[in-house]
Amino acid sequence: MAKMIDMKERTKREQVPMREQLPSARIHNFEEVPLGYTKEEAIYEAQRCLQCKNPTCMIGCPAEINIPAFIRLVVEEDFEKAYLTILKTDALPAVTGRVCPQEEQCQKECVLNKKGKPIAIGRLERFVADWARENKIKGIEKSDSQKEQKVAVVGSGPAGLTCAADLAKLGYQVTLFEALHKPGGVLVYGIPEFRLPKSIVEYEVAGIEKLGVKVVCNQVIGATKSVESLKKEFDAIFLANGAGAPRFMNIPGENRNDVYSANEFLTRSNLMKAYLFPEYDTPIKIRKKAATIGAGNVAMDAARTALRLGAEQSYIVYRRSRAEVPARAEEVHHAEEEGIVFHFLTLPVKILGDEEGRVTGMECLRMELGEPDESGRRRPVPIPNSNFVLEVDMVIDAIGTMANPIVARSATGVEVNQWGYFKVDKMTRMTTCEGIFAGGDIVRGSATVISAVGDGKFAARAIDEYLLSGKSLRKNS
Amino acid sequence: MYLIKKKTKLYQNMFSMWVEVPEIAQTVQPGQFVILMTAKKGERIPLTVADYDREEGLVQIVFQAVGKTTEELSCIQEGEYLYSFIGPLGHKTEIGLFGTVVLVGGGTGIACIHPIARGLKEAGNRVIAIIGARNKELIIMEEELKKVSDELIVTTDDGSYGRKGFVTQALKEKLDRDPSIKKIWAIGPPIMMKVTTNLVKSYPVDIIVSLNTIMVDGTGMCGSCRVTIGNETKFVCTDGPEFDGRLVDWDEFMHRNNRYQKEEKESWQHFKDESKCGCKEG
Ligand code: FES
Repeated sequence: MAKMIDMKERTKREQVPMREQLPSARIHNFEEVPLGYTKEEAIYEAQRCLQCKNPTCMIGCPAEINIPAFIRLVVEEDFEKAYLTILKTDALPAVTGRVCPQEEQCQKECVLNKKGKPIAIGRLERFVADWARENKIKGIEKSDSQKEQKVAVVGSGPAGLTCAADLAKLGYQVTLFEALHKPGGVLVYGIPEFRLPKSIVEYEVAGIEKLGVKVVCNQVIGATKSVESLKKEFDAIFLANGAGAPRFMNIPGENRNDVYSANEFLTRSNLMKAYLFPEYDTPIKIRKKAATIGAGNVAMDAARTALRLGAEQSYIVYRRSRAEVPARAEEVHHAEEEGIVFHFLTLPVKILGDEEGRVTGMECLRMELGEPDESGRRRPVPIPNSNFVLEVDMVIDAIGTMANPIVARSATGVEVNQWGYFKVDKMTRMTTCEGIFAGGDIVRGSATVISAVGDGKFAARAIDEYLLSGKSLRKNS
Repeated sequence: MYLIKKKTKLYQNMFSMWVEVPEIAQTVQPGQFVILMTAKKGERIPLTVADYDREEGLVQIVFQAVGKTTEELSCIQEGEYLYSFIGPLGHKTEIGLFGTVVLVGGGTGIACIHPIARGLKEAGNRVIAIIGARNKELIIMEEELKKVSDELIVTTDDGSYGRKGFVTQALKEKLDRDPSIKKIWAIGPPIMMKVTTNLVKSYPVDIIVSLNTIMVDGTGMCGSCRVTIGNETKFVCTDGPEFDGRLVDWDEFMHRNNRYQKEEKESWQHFKDESKCGCKEG
């Protein structure tokens, strides 16, 4: 059995890199890019952990994982216990191990980060979760102390799944409503297979169902049922329906045939599996040169998906410069490795087309950086008369999302802010209607999977408190 | 899984199905639609609700087998199940007291005007229904429509039944003779709605059309269904499906609706090659 190593040795040892599929190969398939650690690699990396008495990494983890404890168990080769340690607070370890921006969370706070590279917490988490899945390790069982109160969770993305899992662990009767035909929210419709295999999401959702959570798909809250009617059936409600309305540039030509919102493009490919057409029925149209507008993680996902679906050229078009790119460095790096070309300081102003509605080009303006704006980033300003035509024949708008009003419209007494997002109490995530809580993108706007997980956890705790105090929505209505 | 309670063949490739969906049947209103999937690997297609039975918890859809998904749907039998069925989606028809109204229906649109006609009739309007098809065989729901309208005009392209000609000709004659007509609904194939809209442009009447676009989620999340209405982008699934016909950018709408023509053919061919469904034989 492996053991802890000498302190000096720990600080000297280099971080273990993760093997990846070669760019030349991976642009032709939808398989995962990073290949994960082997057992030996995981142990070798885990041995670097200083096992701090006051672990700062945990401050940076919204999923509240006991990081040093699970890493120690990896060193001791007790992967099963390591898995259960993570699972205690994080119901989606294989997901968060892959998609969390650890460099801005736990790993940023890691003491080793001051001198060298931090412990690869995300990779270790992923290793443990994958090992447990491959070895069919039983997760956490349904709680022995079942309570009577019923909680409705609207939306089965990371916030909803986490909240549902935490409440089920406490013994509550939880029903999770999903509008689409599969649970997972953004994890299934948004994040591509090559970053997060859908079989993994399915596995972790199944684990949450084993806790006693009832997952009901094909239920559009706001259409099939209103939040009002849920109030009569449930003691508390958590709204986590996501941001989910695509934002467009509002430039001429944007409704041409080959213009997609990133939401549509990714949903066709990921949820509907258009990349397996015609085995799956949903089509997706790929032409030769694809321009993705925007430079966030979603834009990287779209541009890389376009490449894998057969586009000869895939561009990122961004109005600011490289320094302002909001996507994770790792995503940008992967995209560049795959041959995605970045057009910085470029603002699309018009999408050109032919008589059949097809895209034939995109007129753009060149930009330069001016004074800092309210976000602190230097404001891009157009250079007069710098118009030029970028030769592309398909366009994907990946400039963000807006609030989808469908749930809010059916919830009287639940206030939204000027952008349509639910107003919530900072600590409890309670909305302006007592007993109704909200979290994830429908509160924050576009955020990350892990912040949604954090919201789910906060809300679960607040819902528990609310119900323990004897209150209930059903009593009110 | 959603049970098909009753299935009838209206003619050759047009079918009616009553699906057991109590929650949807409870709240659905005329003009709204549903999205269904035949099977796990299927696509999500929108269909306007033709009728509903709140007591029995059933929703009726009427469709024509004209592609892979509708063909597969037509092969599913009574007592079998659909993989996914969501709704009711979109806004309901604005039913009010307008005076004399005309409902023009073509193809499966004939089924869709039925609950609207009923609602308008109940609200006290004088309801004229005009339905048309290529020939006699293809005329559906004549009896049902007779019950909910004050006047029913049937046209066939070949004159094999009712009046010879298109629905637009019958509508024009009505408009010329009856100045009390206030509002028109046209529901059917895109070209029929476009032509009807063009025809009524010179008359002082409102024209409402129900757009059937390519959709994915049907809840405002993707924008696949977007159309231009009076220079503004609208989502058919959440802003529609009914719009003022005069404001619709018809060319764009039709282009967008044809954007997967090639893939649709490929998919249908693939289905025919692989299909073990023998229900169409003989
Ligand atoms: S179908 Fe996706 S927004 Fe309308």
